[in-house]
Amino acid sequence: MQAETALTRIGLWFLLMLASIGVMLGAKDTPFAIQAGMIAVLALVMVFITASRFDPAGSARGFFRMPEGKSRYDDDPVRWATIATMFWGLAGFLAGLFIALQLAFPVFNFEPYLNFGRVRPLHTSAVIFAFGGNALIATSFYVVQRTCRTTLAFPALARFVFWGYQLFIVLAASGYLLGITQSREYAEPEWYVDLWLTVVWVSYLIVFVGTLLRRHEPHIYVANWFYLGFIVTVAMLHLVNNLAVPVSFLGSRSYSLFGGVQDALTQWWYGHNAVGFFLTAGFLGMMYYFVPKQAERPIYSYRLSIIHFWSLIFLYIWAGPHHLLYTALPDWAQTLGMVFSIMLWMPSWGGMINGLMTLNGAWDKVRTDPIIRMMVIALAFYGMSTFEGPMLSIKFFNSLSHYTDWTIGHVHSGALGWNGMITFACMYYMIPRLWNRTRMYSLRMINWHFWLATLGIVFYASSLWVAGLTQGLMWREYGADGYLVNSFADTVAAIHPMYIMRAFGGLLYLAGFVVMLWNFAQTLAGKLRAEAPMTETPINPAADHPLPAREPVVAPAQ
Amino acid sequence: MNDYETLRQLADTVGLTAMAVLFVVLCFWPFRPGSRNLNNEVANSIFEDQDDGE
Repeated sequence: MQAETALTRIGLWFLLMLASIGVMLGAKDTPFAIQAGMIAVLALVMVFITASRFDPAGSARGFFRMPEGKSRYDDDPVRWATIATMFWGLAGFLAGLFIALQLAFPVFNFEPYLNFGRVRPLHTSAVIFAFGGNALIATSFYVVQRTCRTTLAFPALARFVFWGYQLFIVLAASGYLLGITQSREYAEPEWYVDLWLTVVWVSYLIVFVGTLLRRHEPHIYVANWFYLGFIVTVAMLHLVNNLAVPVSFLGSRSYSLFGGVQDALTQWWYGHNAVGFFLTAGFLGMMYYFVPKQAERPIYSYRLSIIHFWSLIFLYIWAGPHHLLYTALPDWAQTLGMVFSIMLWMPSWGGMINGLMTLNGAWDKVRTDPIIRMMVIALAFYGMSTFEGPMLSIKFFNSLSHYTDWTIGHVHSGALGWNGMITFACMYYMIPRLWNRTRMYSLRMINWHFWLATLGIVFYASSLWVAGLTQGLMWREYGADGYLVNSFADTVAAIHPMYIMRAFGGLLYLAGFVVMLWNFAQTLAGKLRAEAPMTETPINPAADHPLPAREPVVAPAQ
Repeated sequence: MNDYETLRQLADTVGLTAMAVLFVVLCFWPFRPGSRNLNNEVANSIFEDQDDGE
């Protein structure tokens, strides 16, 4: 870096630091002041980093064993996002285990910063937006370059997308612990963090569309359709759901533009489509590229994948009202949400069948290739949760399941089973290719990860099914005198063993991820574990030979 | 008629029909005659580049 450039940059960072300190001093509430202070500290760190001759990027490259020299594709942001996926995955799973233990043992509520109400949004945002979001950034940049046969458009902007997104996560997460929330589920960050995310997200859209426009392939492969649908729709959802007026430009509090049931419907229009477009469309983009690549055969039906895409886009957006059944929402809107949720079952299963049938003729790979095994279980859980979801949205079932732990069990069978497993599988596919290794350090460890995670999900989902049904049935139980039989505390006591089993399931899932982290670190270190392969080539020489020509049977001459 | 009713009627009639027609056209688009080869070609396009950018 030239001296003048460095000096200019130091000046800019210094100005940002002064501005942040000014905001901190003028802040209307303490949490806002703390976050302004964090920005000031960050700016100060940037002053020092820019000023010193120390090249932090260079030593970090060494630490993370980034390959030397230019690769054909622009893979640095992909590698960084892969590392971030690993880091935030650990943070999010730990937070999840912690709040599961809080529910089972309330003594773990450490007031005020680490109580359930503050750590719960930390967990959901960490796993959905930090772990899932970084996985989406990594895979979308990886896939769009390879399917378009071109490098990323606007490389500097792509780097800004990565770092800007990490700043969003840090501001969101620290804000939750400080008590900043706008109380909208899965959209808890306040107005200023929302504005920052808007800037980052628009940059993401520009990089992605720019790369599509400079493609050297005539057709845009279907995985990119899903990624683009995810980016565009999330931008729209984010903008509408976060329409709010800040109380003060120097304070963290804001109030929504909508009120009452309109506000609730906007929230769940956002909330359900965050599931539909962030956790479904984006991750289907991964599925449509990485499953065919790992199976080494094209997708079962390209036509079905296009029907899958358009059905998802046209149907999902209407399903949100099923979160507000039996509320003040007009009855026709509730029925609309229910009907569209049921219709979603068909395209979802079409997509699942499309993914699974890609393995047609290569099912033996499920036995020999642990990555394929993970992809198959991910698709199976995609199918299960997209069946369970429409079922729970039917008013009859919803009257039993709503507000119970059945819902949480359903969400986790989708999140741990579908999103988690497909992410792990795609990471296992990408990591050796991104770091120029022949394979992962250990394939048997992938197998361990698979079984630990699968067993964890089984414990988690089945215990919460039982807990949810218990709650639902106990809540609605009337005695002969017309009074409710159970108090709320009775139902809490009844499901205590289920809460312990669910925490154990979470522990197993986390243990599987720790195995993955070890495998990841060893792969980066360039090691290959000496281990027996997942399959031998079975041969039985005694049986495997041509039979001698059979002697013609001659009837004895009479 | 107030704004809400005007917009609501527009959504109920023209909007709904346009969305339904668009949806059907988009779904049947890959089934138009002669598109079989194109679909196969695109499905296999991800395998042409085997080096994965090293």
